[in-house]
Amino acid sequence: MPKDHGIGAASKRREDVRFLTGTGNYTDDINLPRQLYVHFLRSDVAHGEIRHIDTGAAEAMPGVKRVFTGKDFEGVGGLPCGWQVTDRHGQPMQEPAHPVIAQGKVRYVGEILAAVVADSRERARDAAEAIEFDIAELPAVVDMKAALAPDAPKVHDDLDGNLCYDWGFVEENRETVDAAIREAAHVTTLELVNNRLVANPMEPRVAVGDYSRADDQSTLYTTSQNPHVIRLLMGAFVLGIPEHKLRVVAPDVGGGFGSKIFHYAEEAFCTFAARQLGRPVKWTSTRSEAFMSDAHGRDHVTKIELALDADNNFTALRTETHANMGAYLSTFAPSVPTWLHGTLMAGNYKTPNIYVNVKAVFTNTVPVDAYRGAGRPEATFQLERVIDKAARELGVDPIALRRQNFVTEFPYATPVAVEYDTGDYNATMDKLEEIADIKGFAARRKESEARGKLRGLGVNAYIEACGIAPSNLVGQLGARAGLYDAATVRVNATGSISVMVGAHSHGQGHETAFPQVISEMLGIGEDQVEIVHGDTSKIPFGMGTYGSRSLAVCGSAMVRATEKVVAKAKKIAAHLLEAAEADIELRDGKFTVAGTDKEVAWGDVTLAAYVPHNYPLEDVEPGLEETAFYDPANFTYPAGAYACEVEVDPETGKVTIERFAAADDFGNVINPMIVDGQVHGGLAQGIGQALLENCAYDENGQLVSASYMDYAMPRADDVPFYTVDHSCQTPCTHNPLGVKGCGEAGAIGSPPTIVNAVIDALHSGGHKVDHIDMPLTPSRVWAAMQG
Amino acid sequence: MYAFDFEKPTSLNEAVTALQTEEAMPLGGGQTLIPSLKQRLAAPSKLVSLRGVDEIRGICRDDAGRICIGGGTTHAEVAAGVPEYPALAALAANIGDPAVRNRGTIGGSLANNDPSACYPAAALASGATIVTNTREIAADDYFEGMFMTALEEGEIITEVRFPVPEKAHYEKFEQPASRFALVGVFVAKFADGVRVAVTGASEEGVFRWSEAEAALASDFTPEAVQGLSVPAEGMIGDLHGSPEYRAHLVGVMTRRAVAAAG
Ligand SMILES: Cc1cc2nc3c(=O)[nH]c(=O)nc-3n(C[C@H](O)[C@H](O)[C@H](O)COP(=O)(O)OP(=O)(O)OC[C@H]3O[C@@H](n4cnc5c(N)ncnc54)[C@H](O)[C@@H]3O)c2cc1C
Repeated sequence: MPKDHGIGAASKRREDVRFLTGTGNYTDDINLPRQLYVHFLRSDVAHGEIRHIDTGAAEAMPGVKRVFTGKDFEGVGGLPCGWQVTDRHGQPMQEPAHPVIAQGKVRYVGEILAAVVADSRERARDAAEAIEFDIAELPAVVDMKAALAPDAPKVHDDLDGNLCYDWGFVEENRETVDAAIREAAHVTTLELVNNRLVANPMEPRVAVGDYSRADDQSTLYTTSQNPHVIRLLMGAFVLGIPEHKLRVVAPDVGGGFGSKIFHYAEEAFCTFAARQLGRPVKWTSTRSEAFMSDAHGRDHVTKIELALDADNNFTALRTETHANMGAYLSTFAPSVPTWLHGTLMAGNYKTPNIYVNVKAVFTNTVPVDAYRGAGRPEATFQLERVIDKAARELGVDPIALRRQNFVTEFPYATPVAVEYDTGDYNATMDKLEEIADIKGFAARRKESEARGKLRGLGVNAYIEACGIAPSNLVGQLGARAGLYDAATVRVNATGSISVMVGAHSHGQGHETAFPQVISEMLGIGEDQVEIVHGDTSKIPFGMGTYGSRSLAVCGSAMVRATEKVVAKAKKIAAHLLEAAEADIELRDGKFTVAGTDKEVAWGDVTLAAYVPHNYPLEDVEPGLEETAFYDPANFTYPAGAYACEVEVDPETGKVTIERFAAADDFGNVINPMIVDGQVHGGLAQGIGQALLENCAYDENGQLVSASYMDYAMPRADDVPFYTVDHSCQTPCTHNPLGVKGCGEAGAIGSPPTIVNAVIDALHSGGHKVDHIDMPLTPSRVWAAMQG
Repeated sequence: MYAFDFEKPTSLNEAVTALQTEEAMPLGGGQTLIPSLKQRLAAPSKLVSLRGVDEIRGICRDDAGRICIGGGTTHAEVAAGVPEYPALAALAANIGDPAVRNRGTIGGSLANNDPSACYPAAALASGATIVTNTREIAADDYFEGMFMTALEEGEIITEVRFPVPEKAHYEKFEQPASRFALVGVFVAKFADGVRVAVTGASEEGVFRWSEAEAALASDFTPEAVQGLSVPAEGMIGDLHGSPEYRAHLVGVMTRRAVAAAG
């Protein structure tokens, strides 16, 4: 019988009550007395020298308090980059200054040129139009390879060209890999683009800065996935405010998908301006602004070569990727194409020799950073596409080729520096073949063909690294912060519990899933547990939510803290029951003495902790509250296998997804319903990337897909009814919950599945098309069919 | 938005008078105009809402059997209100989403004449008459290119009169992002001939494909237009499709429209 509470129960998401009834408290719902509004004047050219800005007329407009330009930020720090990559030659990456407001030059369409603070949004906007400025337009670099040409215009005049870094991984293996490819029986080569995306969370970004002169406190309310990271970066590097004088609050957040990890200029501006003006300053992004100021995702151009021996064993893999950084380094940008991408190039396979080269390039475009999956979708896409192409070239079954090369023994140390603790890739592939009814495909294809449609089947495996991450490891890799997490379990006198967590929930359902764990551990009702997150003045110093890390890292911290609570509570119970501590057991919300019928309820023990009249004060402090920090020993490695069937309309090139099945191994599952939802959402985003979404610039650096009129988001009728399964479970071996993380899997595993299926469909119609770059829009598919 | 005055008259006469002010604009459902105001792409001195003008709203039939749709009638009202012209009802039912259909009006759509909009194809293929507060304009004389029409400043579309064809169908291939027509073809077969109107494709806006009309006049079957094509030159090329692709789709959508019209 399915459980109705605790670990494994499909408990309903309690937070949905407020989200669905319009009673959530989002940043834009926060309005402070005497609040002012900022409008940002943004560059409409991609590259130009700022010759002159005159704010006089704007400042004289009604309601305007002040107009800020780059000059006002000359003494202020720039936006920091949280990760330093070391290049092939042992040199640090090139790291340009990243001002809050443009200084000297503008470098992308959307960069902040000036900021008007006024008593209403419309007045601020009116005044922005009165700012006089003269920008001498410079030639823009948009294409990455063109940006690396010796005579290319430089995005940053003080850097040595537009190359941020040239990274080799593992550099020592380069020659071995080259030799293995030279000697291979077969080499399959593929060049492909991982398309640039805009995250487009439903809630655009908002920031409200506040300053209290009375106690010299700054507060920033912001749409963030990680309020402590923002406090750290903004306080220490930009504004010079010590932690105890700066509070960052991220209340309900309407989706992030990575784009709300980063510290943005608008946040620093509102905090800074509130202090300067002594009044709260608010910014609410419009959707149009979001397109040109939220960090973009992906944007890789890759050449991948897969070498096989005469028996079709993978012998070597070599990749060369150009990764677009945009005009500046966003917070975690350098890590995405390197440590989140190169380390996953082994995929699910025991390829012995792997070399990954990544050239990160500055261009006159919006900065690019992590987006759902971050680096891992790019790795999975190229690998699973090249394997499919190899199977076609060799005339072998693509599933059999994968199975033949799967890693089957764990732990497995890959040639790209990570060690998979556990997994069973054949098990998820078996499950997939069953739930996708691969056997029935031939009949379904016939049926489609009878209707004049081409039908294709795409199958692939994927692996990812989640639970980011061991601090000592990421420190060696260039992270400028630790990546542990923290939880405080505060047991109240009556036994109810508030858990303050460093993770941040912006759609993931922590408020439901985390209490399930505590309910399981203590045997009390889930409704007795409340999760508190998103306010640095309330929660311990944790690093927030991204990289499917919340449960694996922060959940583990919560388990550790709860274990400490239980240990202390047992001491109290032993005293109350006049028994030895070693004999005390906790079950179903009661402490019992082993082998007797003596018991004391959870609530009586917690009450004793706060009303310590009959209490072992000489041994135990009053109160029941514990904090734990948890730093994992390794990443976690969720993996799985996906199958997709598409129909292609041969006359129009339109692709429709007919079936999609996902067999995932997430280790232990706390709430299967939430996991289903996470996979559904991830798949929708994967489908968006594969078929619809395309962030496009023209050659002058103008954003062509700057609204929903041209940027196609997946809608309900673009996605099929999914068949998802997570019954294959190889629990993570190194965290107390045995969980691996499920937030990104769908977006990582699905783009190659869909492209593989479309290519298969085209081949069935006699179109010998090797590859089409995403998104596979009708016009692109049609053009490919024309040859 | 820039500041503007707002009037909501209850009669056509008052609306016409209100529109005498320089830079005044009529406001239909606002589904096109309000987004452009928000983007500050339009700066009218005054908006004159037609929402309260009941006399230009609703659907009736005239003595010639034509369907007469008030200029202020919403897409949703048309979708539900013209059962004898299923192709027109289906077209209206597939514009945008429910919110757009409950606000957007046929008058607003035809006045705007977006090159990717659906109604222009219906009006042109049906040989409709666009009636304004001052005159009647044949559809053939009304559309003058992308976002250009025969309307004068301050002129209000009060009614659109659609002759009902024997057979008709609108086949729309959606642009993936906006879901406007990447190419939309409306075919209408009358006793005295066939009219084929194409939207979404041409840089000149909606147009009649006379070659297809001629072929279909003698043989109203998909096969009759099988070999026909429009030249790619002059077709729109953008992120969503090249001129060649759009030209190709004109052929495909025309055949499908004829097949569906039966
Ligand atoms: C999300 C979305 C999806 C859409 N999808 C489609 C689609 O698939 N196909 C499609 O065809 N359209 C689509 N539209 C456009 C929609 O049909 C609009 O409603 C229509 O184009 C404009 O009608 P309106 O009544 O809203 O006009 P408004 O926006 O109010 O006005 C548009 C213009 O017409 C003028 N005007 C309005 N009424 C009159 C009148 N009676 N006489 C003279 N001038 C007038 C206004 O002054 C203005 O210049 C979509 C719109 C949105 C927002």
